[in-house]
Amino acid sequence: MMAAMAGDGVLTIEHLTMRFGGLLAINDLSFSVGRNDITALIGPNGAGKTTVFNCLTGFYKPTEGRITMRRANGESYLLERMDDFRISRFARVARTFQNIRLFAGMTVLENLVVAQHNTLMRASSMTVGGLLGLAGYRNAEKQAVETTKYWLEKVQLTDRADDPAGDLPYGAQRRLEIARAMCTGPELLCLDEPAAGLNPRESDELNSLLTFIRREHGIGILLIEHDMHVVMEISDHVVVLDYGEKISDGSAAEVRADPAVIRAYLGVEEDEDAPEVEELVSEAVPVTAPKAKAARSASKPKSNRRKPKAKGARK
Amino acid sequence: MAEKAQNTAHAGNDVGAILKDCVFASLIALAIFAPIIGLKTESAPGGLILNQRWGAVFIATAIIFFGRLALHILFWSRAGETKKKASAASRLGTKLEPLIPFIGVAMFTAAVILPWLPSTDRYILDLGTLILTYMMLGWGLNIVVGLAGLLDLGYVAFYAVGAYSYALISTSVFPMILPHWMMAWAFWLALPMAGMLAACWGLILGFPVLRLRGDYLAIVTLAFGEIIRVVLTNWISLTNGPNGIPGIPRPSFFGIEFTRGDNGFAHTFGLQYASIQRIIFLYYVILALALFTNFFTMRLRRLPIGRAWEALREDEIACRSLGINTTNTKLTAFAMGAMFGGFAGAFFATRQGFISPESFVFMESALVLAIVVLGGLGSNIGVAISSVVMIGGFELFRNLDFLKQVFGPDFDPSQYRMLIFGMAMVLIMVWRPRGLMTRRNPTIFLKEKKAVSGDLVAQGRG
Repeated sequence: MMAAMAGDGVLTIEHLTMRFGGLLAINDLSFSVGRNDITALIGPNGAGKTTVFNCLTGFYKPTEGRITMRRANGESYLLERMDDFRISRFARVARTFQNIRLFAGMTVLENLVVAQHNTLMRASSMTVGGLLGLAGYRNAEKQAVETTKYWLEKVQLTDRADDPAGDLPYGAQRRLEIARAMCTGPELLCLDEPAAGLNPRESDELNSLLTFIRREHGIGILLIEHDMHVVMEISDHVVVLDYGEKISDGSAAEVRADPAVIRAYLGVEEDEDAPEVEELVSEAVPVTAPKAKAARSASKPKSNRRKPKAKGARK
Repeated sequence: MAEKAQNTAHAGNDVGAILKDCVFASLIALAIFAPIIGLKTESAPGGLILNQRWGAVFIATAIIFFGRLALHILFWSRAGETKKKASAASRLGTKLEPLIPFIGVAMFTAAVILPWLPSTDRYILDLGTLILTYMMLGWGLNIVVGLAGLLDLGYVAFYAVGAYSYALISTSVFPMILPHWMMAWAFWLALPMAGMLAACWGLILGFPVLRLRGDYLAIVTLAFGEIIRVVLTNWISLTNGPNGIPGIPRPSFFGIEFTRGDNGFAHTFGLQYASIQRIIFLYYVILALALFTNFFTMRLRRLPIGRAWEALREDEIACRSLGINTTNTKLTAFAMGAMFGGFAGAFFATRQGFISPESFVFMESALVLAIVVLGGLGSNIGVAISSVVMIGGFELFRNLDFLKQVFGPDFDPSQYRMLIFGMAMVLIMVWRPRGLMTRRNPTIFLKEKKAVSGDLVAQGRG
């Protein structure tokens, strides 16, 4: 299954390496994201997940490696060579941020209209047509508002369209950021911890939003997530990073059973702590793996146990 | 609700007490000041005589009365409410904000009819022209600082480029290439060129500073402003150095000059010749230019480019993740701001008829920036109000002759302008750190237009 996806995938990362001075943040990482798939990128803090995102959205230039984006229309782009804004504009990769980056002083509607900047800029003939108030621009703006209405409805923010984005509650800001990314018309959506800080109900809603996006818009989704509820329930494919290296790659069930993953999250070979991650995983998805049963009495998950070693590499 | 009602009742009781206290304080002041200020001994031929200065006593007592009243209103309010009361100025501003459209219309009407008011003389018209010039500069700078959030301390450079472009084109280039009859059009032909050249300099400044943010950007733009001035002073073969460029053509009424002769404005329109006609015309020219700047920026704000400027001010990284070319966006902001600076510069040159590098010192940049910051970043009506307050306020100091009664005939109030200016800025920054008009109007709305509170709007860091 993996082999089939590699050829057909919307995004292929090959031998990606990122060095910050002496720090090796990502080491020879290869994986691919299938079109119409939800791929989760997980790993302990400081594993280099956000660095991968920054490389593939052009905020960092990778030291080595190739990142290929294949669009549905057959065009393909080598992202490691492109400027960040071109990646969004031409390769159609959209992203959200770990610490939400909305335009807080602009209204919800404006946030979504700004996301359609390039379409509107062309329609306004680089501002001249817009200044003259030509019909072409007015129609394009109406069209843009229709698009925003569609997404506002999907993220349940229609009532707050005219409120400043900075006034929204946290969960709504997360949803708005996803809607804003979708307004750029992406073919690959990269979400950096979309469920961080959401309550269980909100993360359920997030799950259904993401499955809706995949189903109706046929785009690939790549997400970084610590919330195993989200990861295990909706992802078709999980990639596990540790110290910048890929330690596991496969379906959610395969990854969950992989001893390398358990070690990475707990950092010990001994079985002493090992059950914890399974507790964490089995909380999210009821599994019948025999190992999980032994671990019911384990304490709270502490996947953040390890100090973020690659701190310089983050953000 | 109940609490509010109680507060109002409380305030009603207080008014009497406050007034009583103020009157008491001024009575004490009167008792003290009457002998100290009111009577002055002076040596006269026959010995000492007593000079009586009751006017000064009255002014000093009035200062005490109103000062104490102000202290009551602003600071000495009931405990627990101190914070609310302390921001009396801020509440005043917040109350003003719903009135913005009316203030705008009122200011526009006042500006249009000003030359026809009976009390208007040449001095008022000159002052009006000066205020409008700064208003236009403020609106131009507002694009760069208020919308795009790029702190520019060297805006005067573009003003200088516009002024020198117009001066050089109209005195050196046009006489060679234009037929004589077209010289009357010199201003109207050179005005767009001056704007274009200034915009080019905006781009030239923009390129190297694209990667700079915040303080660094401010320092480089400050240096740029100074470099332009130093070049103008030292490039004597081109600019005539510190001696300046004299004999800059005056604008014509679309080809008809303001001269006393058969082809002059007055004769053509069957009027009596008067030198004030030119002044009135200049006033309307700058009014039209300033309104054009305002209209243009307001329209740009509602276009993708303007929204991109504001998004850039809010979050540059998010902009790039949405496919906005931030390089071009910053450059267009610089170029647009510079273009309006250039227009204002060309107008300045034609009004003065003479320019020299002395007119383009850092103080001008600081004044324009102060107007923008005081008015509220991004608010065009705020800039209009603050330019009237600042430039008009400066001029007021020339007319405070009654202060000479208090402080003696050697007192020159205009020398205290900068002191008062500084104090006013400090007070504004304490009470309304985001300027007079802080709320941001959304550029597009679905159901209802709600202004965005100033606390949420970013001020830009580069």
